[in-house]
Amino acid sequence: MTTLQLDTTFAALSDPTRRAILARLATGEATVTELAEPFAISLPAISKHLKVLERAGLILRGRDAQRRPCRLRAAPLGDAAEWLGDYRKFWEESFDRLDAYLQVLQEEEERDGRK
Amino acid sequence: MVASSHTLTVTTPSEREIVMTRTFDAPRELVFEAHSKAEHMREWWGPRGFTMPVCEMDFRPGGAYRFVQRGPDGEEYAFRGELREIVRPERIVWTFEFEGMPGNVSVDTMTLEEEDGRTTITATSVFDSVEQRDGMLESGMETGAAETYDRLAELLEKMQEASA
Repeated sequence: MTTLQLDTTFAALSDPTRRAILARLATGEATVTELAEPFAISLPAISKHLKVLERAGLILRGRDAQRRPCRLRAAPLGDAAEWLGDYRKFWEESFDRLDAYLQVLQEEEERDGRK
Repeated sequence: MVASSHTLTVTTPSEREIVMTRTFDAPRELVFEAHSKAEHMREWWGPRGFTMPVCEMDFRPGGAYRFVQRGPDGEEYAFRGELREIVRPERIVWTFEFEGMPGNVSVDTMTLEEEDGRTTITATSVFDSVEQRDGMLESGMETGAAETYDRLAELLEKMQEASA
């Protein structure tokens, strides 16, 4: 997993329409027309979003020139979630340790102050 | 407003930023102090079960730091960065780089706010790789779209449900 891939994944996920498209594709493959249905935007606009998702490796397009159905490719999403999870875990644990350490420092200060 | 808690919140307000907040039961001066010296940092920086065999900190504007973390399996991970701005006890701006991925430098701004003897840290990391910028230009990406870790988790959950 390179940071470049992560960047592309996060960039692709930064748009609510694209997230909705991915959630829809999780239920099964769909054509561009089917994907456009729930949105009040044009087919070319949907196609643009699909291109971003395809470039990010998040979807695959069928070969059939007429329908070109879209399919979800979930692996990069899993990688992105894992990376963020690791990041979160690192800081969660560091800050928990800092919390405990600050209590120790404060106790020391109090003790020294009373001398 | 909900009473501040010790829970860490992580949000990604844009594709280049990660923002974390966390509240501590200690005055700001002390929380700042805990970030400013190697002897303090080695006591808490890094996940549980990790030790810090190398911890160097030259805490002044233009100064540098370097930490080496050793995991429970003996594997070592080195991190480095430089101090860009220091405003005691309010703010630290420093860079962060994992030596295992050289060139991927984030600029981290940490602000400390005190209220009723408790201190809230807000840490913003801005990732600014060239690839990232190029990728954004190429895709004509709008910046600033709200994307949070929770939303990603929510999406993944939805997708798992759907494929189950």
